[in-house]
Amino acid sequence: MRRDPRILLPVLSLALLLAAVFWVQPRAMSYFGINLLFNLAVPIALATIAQMFIIMVEDVDLSTGTFVSFVACVTATFLVETPLLGSAILVGAILVYAALGALIHARQLPAIVVTLGMSFVWGGLAVLILPAPGGAPPDWIRWLMTSKPPLVPMAIVASVLIAAVTHLLVMRSAFGTLLRGVGGNARSVARAGWNVTWLKAAAYGLAGLFGVLAGMSLVGLTTSADANIALRYTLLAIAGVILGGGEFTGGRVSPVGAVIGALTLTLAGSFLSFLKLSPDWQIGAQGAILILVLAARLILRRGRAAA
Amino acid sequence: MTLLSKPWIWAYLAAALTFVPTAMLSQGVGGAWELVLAALTFAAFSVLVGLGQMLVITMGPGNIDLSIPATMTLAGTLSLKYMDGAAGTGAAGLAVALAVGLACGAGNYLLIRLLRIPPIIATLAASFLYQSLAIWSNRGLRIKPPAWLADFATGAALGVPNVAVVAGLLAVLFWVLLERSVYGRWLSAIGQNQRAARLAGVPVDLVRMATYLISAVMAALCGFLLSCFSGGAALNMGAEYLLISIAVVVIGGSSIAGGNSNVPGIWGASLFLFLIVSMLNSYGLGAGVRLIMTGVIIIAIVAVASGSRRAS
Amino acid sequence: MGEAVSAQSGVAGPPPAAAALVELAAVRKHFGAVRALDGVSLAIRPGECLGLVGHNGAGKSTLVSLLNGGLEPTEGTIRFAGLEGPGAARRAGVRTVFQELSLCPNLTVAENLRIPDHDLAGPGWRRRARAAVRESLAQVFPGHRIDPDDTVADLTLAERQMAEIAIGFASGTIPARLVILDEPTSSLDAAIAEQLLAHIRRFCARGGAVIFISHLLGEVLSVASRIVVMRDGLITDERPAGAFTRQGLVAAMGHVGSVAVAAVRPGPQAASGEVTVETPEGIRARRGEVVGLAGLAGHGQAEALKRLYLGRVSGWQASRTPAAVFVAGDRVRDGLMPLWSVRRNLTLSRLVALARAGLVDRAAERSLAEDWRSRIGIRTADTADPILSLSGGNQQKVLFARALATDAPLVVMDDPMRGVDVGTKAEVHAMIRAEAGRGRTFLWYSTETEETCLCDRVFVFRNGRISAELTGAEITEERILEASFEMKEVRP
Repeated sequence: MRRDPRILLPVLSLALLLAAVFWVQPRAMSYFGINLLFNLAVPIALATIAQMFIIMVEDVDLSTGTFVSFVACVTATFLVETPLLGSAILVGAILVYAALGALIHARQLPAIVVTLGMSFVWGGLAVLILPAPGGAPPDWIRWLMTSKPPLVPMAIVASVLIAAVTHLLVMRSAFGTLLRGVGGNARSVARAGWNVTWLKAAAYGLAGLFGVLAGMSLVGLTTSADANIALRYTLLAIAGVILGGGEFTGGRVSPVGAVIGALTLTLAGSFLSFLKLSPDWQIGAQGAILILVLAARLILRRGRAAA
Repeated sequence: MTLLSKPWIWAYLAAALTFVPTAMLSQGVGGAWELVLAALTFAAFSVLVGLGQMLVITMGPGNIDLSIPATMTLAGTLSLKYMDGAAGTGAAGLAVALAVGLACGAGNYLLIRLLRIPPIIATLAASFLYQSLAIWSNRGLRIKPPAWLADFATGAALGVPNVAVVAGLLAVLFWVLLERSVYGRWLSAIGQNQRAARLAGVPVDLVRMATYLISAVMAALCGFLLSCFSGGAALNMGAEYLLISIAVVVIGGSSIAGGNSNVPGIWGASLFLFLIVSMLNSYGLGAGVRLIMTGVIIIAIVAVASGSRRAS
Repeated sequence: MGEAVSAQSGVAGPPPAAAALVELAAVRKHFGAVRALDGVSLAIRPGECLGLVGHNGAGKSTLVSLLNGGLEPTEGTIRFAGLEGPGAARRAGVRTVFQELSLCPNLTVAENLRIPDHDLAGPGWRRRARAAVRESLAQVFPGHRIDPDDTVADLTLAERQMAEIAIGFASGTIPARLVILDEPTSSLDAAIAEQLLAHIRRFCARGGAVIFISHLLGEVLSVASRIVVMRDGLITDERPAGAFTRQGLVAAMGHVGSVAVAAVRPGPQAASGEVTVETPEGIRARRGEVVGLAGLAGHGQAEALKRLYLGRVSGWQASRTPAAVFVAGDRVRDGLMPLWSVRRNLTLSRLVALARAGLVDRAAERSLAEDWRSRIGIRTADTADPILSLSGGNQQKVLFARALATDAPLVVMDDPMRGVDVGTKAEVHAMIRAEAGRGRTFLWYSTETEETCLCDRVFVFRNGRISAELTGAEITEERILEASFEMKEVRP
């Protein structure tokens, strides 16, 4: 059996970066240290999974960041004050995502532009809800996100859970296989009598669901929200999917890889603040780490091809 | 072929539709003319980055330049720092800006080529580096451009804003490049089927490198002019141009699937994007509503335009 | 069983007792002004293998799409085991193996069964899919080396086609009762194709039905119980297979001329030119020679050609006279520029020579395209028409013209006659000979031994290496087959 070694590379990248962190700062090798390092991992991982569902059907979502910000604003306001209305808004947002997927496929629209347009819409809605930073998370989300399970920090427990659930959903279930089939060869899926418009709507709806989860968990960690809170998530999520071994075309994605990619990016951010790097170079160093990881991936792949 | 079947007509129709209600609010003919001049000026900057992005997007799915904002900022910052407001340094300043563009484009292409990573990730990662360089060199100082350059960027010749003239001439040049030159043919071939293009003898590597260089140089030029126009380079000056550069390409009727580009549409879409913001502004709508309307209109246009394109 | 026997024995129509699996009554299908099908009536009954032949554009593909429920007829009715409407074909057990490979490359072979089998879901579905695919593979292609857990993208072209066929025959929630095979052997070598034909015979004997479409008339004659000939959207002839001969079939398809193999035998002067190609694998070719690459499909011929071409033609520069040009066989993947006109497609490889100061000289371009349109006989009213408006054979001619319009001394051809009709083949053969006579070297990989026999020198590939080099009179179908299966020493 020819096994897919796609997952090996993200795992190695993460391990390498983790080793570097521990080497620079041995004290990080503790429950508390790891909790700090992976503090923001959960929302980033969820946003990355959301992006993965879109990339899986050969599209790209440029609105992930504004959508997560919008959800954060709703969570920090409506969901606290009027939970019923808040929940309705979030469910409605997921349905909007699903409708977009259907629209994009039915009218053969370029997803990049539609999601670009949607990023303005979500951003506008977020500004209307919270013109200035503020709000507070519902208690139960705060409790969930800051809980301290024994032995392993919450961020790790949650990441493993996210990876396991999405792996079952995408790689194991009959439905997930069909969705991957849409990315692999939409024409032959349609020819076999499936309604591809519905399938695309389902993929987008799942992306919306995980985007909502990302926004809710983010507020649970930051305790307040604002309209720009997660703008960089769009690019982080795309990078996470690719770091995790996903490809832009052909429905080739790996949920476990995506979560690991998200962890790697989170770790890169924490690593830099550990190094006490001048703030001028923080962004640049994050770019450099991204490049390094991808270079390592290339070298590993070459090595494997030669072997 | 009727006018309505041209893919760029929708951008101009939309621009006209947003112009009328905005102009009605302004004071008479003079106010309307003011609006036209403002639209030409601000659209010119979108056109500059849009033309470069269009070439990149024409190379097909996956090809996109996300480093445009960072390149703009870096080129604006370094060139203004070099000129330091002194007279007689304009040409050298422009050369510095364009050299920064070339360097950024070369950096982008090197990453794409050497690491074999999708351009969306390569240009993203590279843009982090460029942005850091800009932050580091800028140090929060705001250096003013030489006076005559500032006058040029904000001035007009025969009533037409200078920056619009520059963008207009470049648009014509790009049209010739795409429609008549061998490079344009090669670019379109790559966008339709890169593998087939390579097997047909198209120098794919050369064309791809040239395209990423051109896109970065256009971003650098835009950054240079914009910082002269606005009296200095700001670190976030490029931020909004990422989405704009992609939006004008697609609203302008170029195919996001590659192989098919459209120069006139870039101007129409750039005018439209400016006019819609000023329309919502002049009707006193808040930032939130303005953003929502902008987004809804972008989606509506793409939905309508692509629907009619398929029907024809 | 009785029906199957009668169908096999060559009676024109099976007994009326057998209910038709699919029944078309006066079906028309129009795409705008194009009449793809113009009144077709046809019934397929259990136990028969219907051979379907006709030139490109005769309406076979449209008929297939109607038969599997992918298209709705403009006029007339189609009933699937008595059912009508959307989904009826699937519920009646109609499966289709399409001409172009249509598996999802990112899924495993077993997972691909999930696409046609809508009810394959619930706990344990992967195990059931794996078992069904494994069983079917073992039945159709005994001795295959495909694991149901292999990702399709990792398989060779031939293995993908085998997997797709096996999925077509695999047991599912709805058993396969009619399997439509559209050019199923295009990537298979003779031995594997023979396994498939044997399986079709067994499947039909058990009461299943097959529609078999192929350009290889020998295969159709050997496996079909009834043969339907199509031409211009109509069924023009329909007889038991036994009532057709090969010549009769070719005549019924409507081409008078056929490839006369002996007519284009190389002259002796070919061997005297200087050696222009020498590769690490051991391929050698002289100026003016037509060199064939043979062997079973997927044994390294295409890769050797691509390496040779990409090694000679840089991705960093283009010159007026390229060192080599490439003729693609997989037109969609390797050749066509789908958005362009015939003319732009044709002149792509010669652009540098057509340009002045970097701009394309459009008058020169037009005359070049017109010249080649008449020389190679591209059937189009205007070279400004879209390339996709041409039939497959004519598109292939455009790709030949693209290569021959350059002054390149070496022409590399990757199975360029795939899916091309007999008439076009003859024309292109003549053209290749004429160009070789002018001193060009041709490297020609073909999956059809018949074509390879037309070459001056043949290299037979096996497992990525050359197993034999044949010249002149040594080039026979037997020798090529022998070398394809058994490693022989390469002659110095």
